[in-house]
Amino acid sequence: MKNVLKKWTSLSKNSRDGFINYGIVIVFFVIFQSLLSTKSLSNSLSGQLVPICVYVVVALALNLVVGISGELSLGQAGFMGVGAFTGVIVSTCLQSSISNGPIRLIFAIIFGAMIAGIAGLLIGIPVLRLRGDYLAIVTLAFGEIIKNILNCLYVGVDSHGLHFGMVDIPSLGMEADGITIINGPMGAVGITKISTFLAGIILVILTLVIIQNLINSRTGRAIMAIRDNRIAAEACGINVTKYKLIAFVTSAAIAGAAGALYGLNFSTIVPKKFDFNTSILILVFVVLGGIGNIRGTLIAATVLYILPELLREFADYRMLIYAIVLILVMLVTNNEKAKQLINRVLVKLKLRKAKEGE
Amino acid sequence: MKKKLLSVVLAATMVFSLVACGSSESNSSAEGASSESVATTTDASGDVAPAGDGAVTGTLKLGLIGPLTGGAALYGTACANAAQLAVDEINAQGTGLTVELNAQDDEHDAEKSVNAYNNLKDWDAQAIVGCVTTTPCVAVSAEAYADRMFMLTPSASSTSVTEGKDNMFQLCFSDPNQGSASAQYIYDNGLATKVAIIYNNADAYSTGIYQTFKAKADEIGLEVVSETTFTDDTANDFSVQLNAAKDAGADLVFLPIYYTPASLILQQANTMGYAPTFFGVDGMDGILDIEGFDTSLAEGVLLLTPFAADATDDLTVSFVNSYKSAYGDTPIQFAADAYDCVYAIVAALNFYAEKNGALNVDGMSYDELCEILISVFSDPNFSVDGLTGEGMTWTAKGEVNKAPKAVVIKDGAYAGM
Amino acid sequence: MLTNLINGISLGSVYAIIALGYTMVYGIAKMLNFAHGDVIMIGGYAAFCTATYWNWPPAFAVLFAIVVCTALGIIIEKLAYKPLREATSLAVLITAIGVSYFLQNSALLIWSSNPKSFPNMISIPSITVGSAQISGTAIVTILANIVIMIALTIFTSKTKVGKAMRAVSEDKGAAQLMGINVNQTISLTFAIGSGLAAIAGVLLCSAYPTLMPTTGAMPGIKAFTAAVFGGIGSIPGAMIGGVLLGIIEIFGKAYISTQLSDAIVFAVLIIVLIVKPTGLLGKPVREKV
Repeated sequence: MKNVLKKWTSLSKNSRDGFINYGIVIVFFVIFQSLLSTKSLSNSLSGQLVPICVYVVVALALNLVVGISGELSLGQAGFMGVGAFTGVIVSTCLQSSISNGPIRLIFAIIFGAMIAGIAGLLIGIPVLRLRGDYLAIVTLAFGEIIKNILNCLYVGVDSHGLHFGMVDIPSLGMEADGITIINGPMGAVGITKISTFLAGIILVILTLVIIQNLINSRTGRAIMAIRDNRIAAEACGINVTKYKLIAFVTSAAIAGAAGALYGLNFSTIVPKKFDFNTSILILVFVVLGGIGNIRGTLIAATVLYILPELLREFADYRMLIYAIVLILVMLVTNNEKAKQLINRVLVKLKLRKAKEGE
Repeated sequence: MKKKLLSVVLAATMVFSLVACGSSESNSSAEGASSESVATTTDASGDVAPAGDGAVTGTLKLGLIGPLTGGAALYGTACANAAQLAVDEINAQGTGLTVELNAQDDEHDAEKSVNAYNNLKDWDAQAIVGCVTTTPCVAVSAEAYADRMFMLTPSASSTSVTEGKDNMFQLCFSDPNQGSASAQYIYDNGLATKVAIIYNNADAYSTGIYQTFKAKADEIGLEVVSETTFTDDTANDFSVQLNAAKDAGADLVFLPIYYTPASLILQQANTMGYAPTFFGVDGMDGILDIEGFDTSLAEGVLLLTPFAADATDDLTVSFVNSYKSAYGDTPIQFAADAYDCVYAIVAALNFYAEKNGALNVDGMSYDELCEILISVFSDPNFSVDGLTGEGMTWTAKGEVNKAPKAVVIKDGAYAGM
Repeated sequence: MLTNLINGISLGSVYAIIALGYTMVYGIAKMLNFAHGDVIMIGGYAAFCTATYWNWPPAFAVLFAIVVCTALGIIIEKLAYKPLREATSLAVLITAIGVSYFLQNSALLIWSSNPKSFPNMISIPSITVGSAQISGTAIVTILANIVIMIALTIFTSKTKVGKAMRAVSEDKGAAQLMGINVNQTISLTFAIGSGLAAIAGVLLCSAYPTLMPTTGAMPGIKAFTAAVFGGIGSIPGAMIGGVLLGIIEIFGKAYISTQLSDAIVFAVLIIVLIVKPTGLLGKPVREKV
């Protein structure tokens, strides 16, 4: 025991923080899984578990771009959409050959991440030349373009393989036994649900592993150096474009993986879901959790996802209250006076605790 | 004695409710239905069999899912309002059955809709009216299918809503029905030689009708000269689409879209001096009631709709009046559909009770109620007269059978064709 | 071709007038006011109510809308943005989104989700040029654009307050040292931006007369794009960006695909920004080490 404790204190603050994050996720999982298996969890909450995991992962990924790399991205939902549709296509194609849901889900997530990563790379190369708000608007533009193209995308599968088209289903020229996978704006319908809470938690942990290790690596330090002072970083011989691109593509790929999990959790998904509003929602999670703060993102995404559901009893006033809460939280956490007030209270509490400890 | 008295009262109220469901235009059929129900109920009260008195008792917990906020709030709110109206009426009748309604917001989003559904399950809902819009409905019906929860949607019209799910029924026409019926109607009545279509390609409802319309038009030889689209993000300016239709010489423009963009299309066509025949579908209903809309612009517009708010039959008039006095707006077709949904579910319970003696829904589990409702709705003898159709029956697939009505807008009001 | 061009200019002029408000606030306060579109929507409703329910003449209805929006802008600024003056720009951005949700949902509760048809306030006949027609609304919108653009340019370059605004925009700290009340200047910018939103609201609703709680959202984003296109912060840039965006949208629809028109608009935007990273008329940012 003592050894463990010793080892713990000998760890750097960063890795300790990392382990605490894993701990939080695992504790969350254990609590909710046991509640689930004893059926003592409300339907409402149990239905939200997978989406919570999805949004936590996407928000963590966005935090990598916004917090660590310091670029405002407003198109995160686009990558999620790419991942979601890829995941659905992969899962539907494999349905006949692999009947095991979890294995199919793994394939779907891997492919979702890959394609979204490629999309991220293609978009990142031109985009990352821009800076600040211009970069933000271009990511917004790409998000909208992805949505728009998904809206015109028709995909089917038959014995000859996959068919892609931009006009409509009949023009795909499929054989009679062909299955329509994506039907333009109607999206994918009749998806077999294979996402599970366990898969979601594993994805969250994987994301944490990737992001925390990235941050604490040489690459991560280079990325943060660019964020803090681009010119100084450049002068030190850091390849700005390369490192920015690493952060951006990693973020896109993770968002794609989460998208695949998301797509396979509902029996239907439509391109419209992955629009600007969803991107903004994810950004809200990141900013409210504290830019660059991993644990904050974990908590903010979870709490903010559940909040509108908890407000359901207010009926018509639900979204109004949500808006007010959002504004108030931003004011309280970002206003100097409010911050000082909170700090003072915290210090007092700590003092009291310390006294009690004596 | 008490029981007998009760059954007489119940029989009377049931007759009343059935008459209320029928429309005066079809007095004969409504009377037929009511006399039937009188016959069955007297039968039931006549032999004092242990089977019961053929009445439905208890409290039914109905959930409703629809967009109450966001861009599609209009449709969800109309449904929630009208369903509440129907529930209040049923409760005021004082039969043994009371209905509780809980409307939950889904923001026209599949994910939120599933959340809303789960929330309703926590509330112990026994059946669902909804979802109002197609995409959420596909998502929720899959959940409900796994759970065995009965769903009757007022307005989610895509076939993918009901496909492969025996617990899911529609009260509105399905998209293929509407699309091909429209093409057939245009062709049969020689309304046009060249047709242009403007549809919303970001909307499942609109694209669904467009696809079936196009297929039918190709099949019967109706020439489609221009097909243009818009999305919710570009639903402001229709000059390009209208010019394309005009340049192609279309004499009829088919608008399988909702009435809000349709009103803009009419206004812009008028500004540019283009006056073809406009042909709409059920989503077009409501266009005359946009506050401040110049109804002369809609003169001559044809639409295929099961409900018209200015129809003069008693049922529609009383519904429109009570809706107006309760909520201040003229009800749109969605409202009528949702109103019918509530009555259809109650009628189904009555139907079952008559056949099987009695039915107490108090605390009945949703899967138990689901099997009952499925059996009734797939029963070819079960028919409902409502605002949106007389003698509506359902196929086991979940689609409704009712006749589409074509109406034309004349002097700012609907007129039958 | 001519018809499409004119339609494009008409649509673009509506984007331009919204973009002017965006660019004004961004240029001086350096914040993306995502609630701008919703202030426009409120302006539309204000004008609608006065004109339809109280039968005010159009001019008064517009004035009333301006008063309402200006007041609203001042209140929002005081309650939501002012406390965040020292916070990061992202915090302000999220607050603006919160304000946007708030306004939309308030409108939903006040005016219900049923669409309202905006009364015709502009009774200028349309002009026929060759085979094409320019509607009265479009003429008024274009004129309003030019007037506002010139007025704003003169205001910011000639008047004392305007110069103060430019100073704040250049360097807040230095402006403060020169005795400029930075807080007040930014508040004033918001007031003006919101007043412009009211005019934009009336013109937007006159051109596309359907009024719903979500009316402002999408034009808001498009106008934001237009502002960036022209170089955000630049007043003539907003106008040019708006008009060009409208033309591209209409031409994209007419000659390429109505399905992909938004993708085309955004693709052009991306290309422009890659070639000219600060927009068409944007000032290149010099970096100091």
